[in-house]
Amino acid sequence: MKPLKIIVLAKQVPDTRNVGKDAMKADGTVNRAALEAIFNPEDLNALEQALRIKDQAEGSQVTLLTMGPGRAAEIIREGLYRGADHGFLLTDRKFAGSDTLATSYSIARAVSQNEYDIIIAGRQAIDGDTAQVGPQVAEKLNIPQVTYVEAIEEITEFYIIARRRLDNGIERVKSPLPVLITVHGSAPPCRPRIARRVMKYKHARTLTELQDASEDYIRLFQDRPYLKIDEWSVADIKADEDALGLSGSPTKVKKIENVVFKAKESRILENSDQDIESLIKELIDNHTIG
Amino acid sequence: MITIRLVDSKLHKIFIAVNNVFVYCEVQNNRLADVSLELLTKGRKLAGELHVGLEAILIGKGVSDMAKELFDYGVRTLHLVEDERLAFYRTLPYARLVKHLFEREKPQIGLFGATPVGRDLAPRIASSLKCGLTADCTGLEIGDHHDKKSDTTYTNLLYQIRPAFGGNIIATIINPDTRPQLATVREGVMKKEPLMESMAGEIKTLDVNGILQKEDFVVEIIDRHVEEKRINIKNAPIIVAGGYGVGSKENFKLLFELADVLGGEVGGTRAAVDAGYIEHDRQIGQTGVTVRPRLYIACGISGQIQHRAGMMESSMIIAINTDRNAPINSIADYVITGDFAEVVPRLIKYYRKNSK
Repeated sequence: MKPLKIIVLAKQVPDTRNVGKDAMKADGTVNRAALEAIFNPEDLNALEQALRIKDQAEGSQVTLLTMGPGRAAEIIREGLYRGADHGFLLTDRKFAGSDTLATSYSIARAVSQNEYDIIIAGRQAIDGDTAQVGPQVAEKLNIPQVTYVEAIEEITEFYIIARRRLDNGIERVKSPLPVLITVHGSAPPCRPRIARRVMKYKHARTLTELQDASEDYIRLFQDRPYLKIDEWSVADIKADEDALGLSGSPTKVKKIENVVFKAKESRILENSDQDIESLIKELIDNHTIG
Repeated sequence: MITIRLVDSKLHKIFIAVNNVFVYCEVQNNRLADVSLELLTKGRKLAGELHVGLEAILIGKGVSDMAKELFDYGVRTLHLVEDERLAFYRTLPYARLVKHLFEREKPQIGLFGATPVGRDLAPRIASSLKCGLTADCTGLEIGDHHDKKSDTTYTNLLYQIRPAFGGNIIATIINPDTRPQLATVREGVMKKEPLMESMAGEIKTLDVNGILQKEDFVVEIIDRHVEEKRINIKNAPIIVAGGYGVGSKENFKLLFELADVLGGEVGGTRAAVDAGYIEHDRQIGQTGVTVRPRLYIACGISGQIQHRAGMMESSMIIAINTDRNAPINSIADYVITGDFAEVVPRLIKYYRKNSK
């Protein structure tokens, strides 16, 4: 089978699943420093699907594309450790404030600078849970999309057959390439880091990260061009500045409220026969239970 | 039809005519999806406040007999699209049709269910029309907005209210400058109420010829196995719910036994669903369904904010937890400190003993 060019869209997100007691500041704002920045979970499922295609079609290239601040290069390194071939970081202060429409515009511009047969993204990111960027990118690239994928059952250089996980069942669809797919969390988890790849890529850096590096380090970097993580700015992707960042975002945040729950006067019961029997009697008497 | 001038918008420096509220109606297992009926109920209220009409889009094969039910929910105009090839949802032709109708009818608001269909379709439309879309709203209201920077006041905007950041904050999102204002809404968070007296509406049939193109059908459905929703925890009067603390699928059997005895249903937290203890249909919370039962028994649930948001309106809450300081306890009417595996059998025993 002919090698394929695969682009994986990934995002670095705060780990909102493990929100501890210090996650909210006293003033009710989110304490981002208390939340670990992680590889968005379903994007890891997406990376696994890409690596499986590479396992099948030898010579396929898996390129990781992410948009975010400089430190998002961390997830590109993570992807390289697990089997991706290359990474791009789309980073520019002008992207700040982008909503899903502006983000999808920027990502579509960046993707267009590359050749691709298949684009694979996680279904949604846990910081926003919107699931919008994937389909919005597909629309901008004018290619079909297959969302909620849990397995790619067959892939050739011309088409894929994918199984979709729906609320109450599954659907199998066949799409020609190029296609954008979004991968559901029920898909197989991503393979772990490979020790030999960690050794190879642990010094992979963006040029910005290299600014503070020693000369020895820079020499090492020059000898090993594969260590370079490409950084792209708005100019590099030839984007229209009005279509990205705040000005390209039709949605505006009007208000943010901290979620406050009113504490109730609770009655504390012991796990004893007496307490539980009296509770049951009370619930029967007030018709809560029949 | 009202025409508003959009000023100072880099997105659309044009006159945009805005009018009705549109709901995309989804068909599941040959009937209208609950979420669509919930959206029609909300859409009708929003349209009333805006003094405009409620319109619906229904696409499928052999779906015209659902028109009556839509009119019962206050739909004035139904845009009906029927074709052999549209029997099941497919992204490209459906997106082309909805986009065509939105461009022609210029709604001010477009609502979709936050289902796999709505979440596949709506972003495609928003991306194409370059308009704002808010996912998974839990509230929709009409309100005004003053933009300080441009000193512009916008009236009658759609407030799209949704949890964000893993449910720790509630954000109100607006789309001041673009139309339609698009939102997806989760099933079960809004009420479903037909009109007291049904009204007659108009059906406008859209001819797909000349709109749909051959390339819209490049993605083929090979097969699909979709089951009728068996579980309906949304309407259950009594819910016995378990969290990660229940520990295993096996241990959940005890919860099923209690639910069975009390005539209720079993629900679970996202953590319990993710761990595979219980099926996704039973997930309660911001990323599952919202429930308001008469009695909610929380077993081994610590009460993350995302979960509490989906059950806090229950009339009575009993929390069973080994942790005296579990967050769930703060909203519970009764707190039983102990292992659910000991407490639940006692509840079953004394219910059997005392029930008439």
